[in-house]
Amino acid sequence: MKQRRLKWIMLVFALSAIMTLGACKKKVAPPPPPPPPPAAAPTASLSASPNTVDKGGSTTLTWQTTNATDISIDGIGAVQPNGSQQVTPADSTTYHLTAKGPGGTQEATARVTVNAPAPPPAPQASATEEELFSQTVKDIFFEYDKFDIRPDQQAALQGDIDFLKQHPNVRFTVEGHCDERGSTEYNLALGDNRANGVKNALVQGGVSADRIKTISYGKEKPFCTQSTEECWQQNRRGHFVYQK
Amino acid sequence: MKLSLSWIIAFFLPLSLPTSAQQDWIRTGTGLGVEKVRLAVPDFKASTQDPKSSELLKVFNDTLWNDLDNAGIFDMVSKSFYPLEVPGTTADVKFEAWSSPPPNASMLAFGNLGISGANVTVQGWLYDVKNVTSPQVLGKQYQDAATSDAVRTIAHKFADEIIFRLGGGIPGIAESKIYFVSSRSGHKEIWAMDYDGANQHALTHLGSISLSPRISPDGSRLAFSSLTKSSWEILMYSLDLDRMVTFPRFGGTNLSPAWSADGTKLAFSSSRSGDSEIYVMDSSGANLKRITSFKGPDVSPVWNRKTGAQIAWVSGRSGLPQIYTMEADGTNVQRLTDEGYAVSPAWSPNGQFLVFSWIRHYGPGAPGAQDIYIMDIVSKQWVQLTHDGGRNDFPSWSPDGRHIIFQSSRAGGDQIWTMLADGTNQKRLTTAGSNTQPNWSWK
Repeated sequence: MKQRRLKWIMLVFALSAIMTLGACKKKVAPPPPPPPPPAAAPTASLSASPNTVDKGGSTTLTWQTTNATDISIDGIGAVQPNGSQQVTPADSTTYHLTAKGPGGTQEATARVTVNAPAPPPAPQASATEEELFSQTVKDIFFEYDKFDIRPDQQAALQGDIDFLKQHPNVRFTVEGHCDERGSTEYNLALGDNRANGVKNALVQGGVSADRIKTISYGKEKPFCTQSTEECWQQNRRGHFVYQK
Repeated sequence: MKLSLSWIIAFFLPLSLPTSAQQDWIRTGTGLGVEKVRLAVPDFKASTQDPKSSELLKVFNDTLWNDLDNAGIFDMVSKSFYPLEVPGTTADVKFEAWSSPPPNASMLAFGNLGISGANVTVQGWLYDVKNVTSPQVLGKQYQDAATSDAVRTIAHKFADEIIFRLGGGIPGIAESKIYFVSSRSGHKEIWAMDYDGANQHALTHLGSISLSPRISPDGSRLAFSSLTKSSWEILMYSLDLDRMVTFPRFGGTNLSPAWSADGTKLAFSSSRSGDSEIYVMDSSGANLKRITSFKGPDVSPVWNRKTGAQIAWVSGRSGLPQIYTMEADGTNVQRLTDEGYAVSPAWSPNGQFLVFSWIRHYGPGAPGAQDIYIMDIVSKQWVQLTHDGGRNDFPSWSPDGRHIIFQSSRAGGDQIWTMLADGTNQKRLTTAGSNTQPNWSWK
């Protein structure tokens, strides 16, 4: 098969060579080439969807061009004749597309409006502060039957003081809790001493006393109910509660 | 602790105190001092043919027996020793059958119960069966509505008459009440019950945490501590009006109210100054005065019920809580306990003794038992009353000084128990939910 096709190609080649050579002899003058038709003018369109975004949001630029060889968008650079691209403008921007072709230059623009961040509504702000409070402020844990702040709690206390001084509008309650072993009435008094002990330490650290409420829960509202030292330690604490 | 004295608690419970250092149990002995009266109490008989009478008779007979048995001053003759024929009226009494063995009774309480229409009539007698010529010590007739509550009350009254006659003129306690905290509704509320555990009912419905009920000496008002919106406050409930009445609020943590014996003053713990201290005020809440001033928890005051001149309370000023006493103006502070964890003092009606809850060897790694102890406040000698495990706390004296009510976790959750003031005859009164902080009425 291959060989037969080759033969055919050789034959066609030979025949055409003969014909061409023979034709050369005729020397007919070719007709003058027609004047090139005037090159078509390029077209271009550019759109942004959506054309309004919040700060930090992104939008998609879409463009179409015809009869253009050199297309560029300011700030993006050279692009394909048709395409789309996601952009995240920092501020309101007018995207400018230039399509150059043999037939001329066409421009297109698309405006993307970036909304300035609206001041978030008040409750949202305090929710954030509340989250920060619960993430940052650490409870103070106590030694058994004690209400003075033990050395290993000083770092947590200082962290609490720093946060509370940085957020001077935060108001909060310090709850005093005790483990289950003591007697009901004594534990309520002890829990009160713990809550006030934490309050006094905060005030000494520069937190305004009128931001701090205290309450004792004694052993009435335990965090954990097993009779183990680990659980008891969980229940011996000054617990911070954000005040809405 | 070596004890060689013999104490008499409230006149009639002779205590034999140990002389060895290891053993501090106390025991009552019938051979010490006064011998217990041997009392036979056959079931009362029906005097009318009414279908309801058997039900009411059972309530009456159970209540009467229980009251006399609880009194702690009788040697109750077992019913299996009784003659077949028991008397319903004075004419039926066969003296010889009761006074000789096997019953060998000294005293015989008997009578009858009849129903006519909506009313019940109970006749009861107390006979000295060894005094055939003039046997009657007591003869009583009671009339009331034919309900089991009314019949129970009649039985209490009759029992108290017998106890008064045979118990040295000290009124019985069968009509006294217990106030306590119960969580059975889902919240800690203040509840009341009869001294024998009958008729348990809620007084408050505050839906918060209410603690430390303390009944006024006249039985008209109940002071307690409750968690309000932002603090613990002393609240007041009127038993005359069956509702809460207004009482001043102080701010801070206000706990453990205590009535003076004359009912004109209340002592309590308040942290309104920033540190818990003992305050005294009029029972109206006016004329607040601080009487302690020392850093650390100060709580659970109780007045000397006899003199009204002293207050015992719990202070953490030296570390673990200890029992202290002071004059009612805050002077002359004395420490009574010298070790461990001592809380919940309660002064005996005669002013001589404190009962309190004590973990003598307390601390991490030393989970000592929490037991009820009694201490003579003059000599500071003490005796352990409970030995049965669990946490025993919040003792409170009966009006006659012969009984102590307390909370114990020995059977699992916290429940209310009674015992004689020497630690014997311990009985559980509550079962549903968690029941704590019992407070016995003053009469």
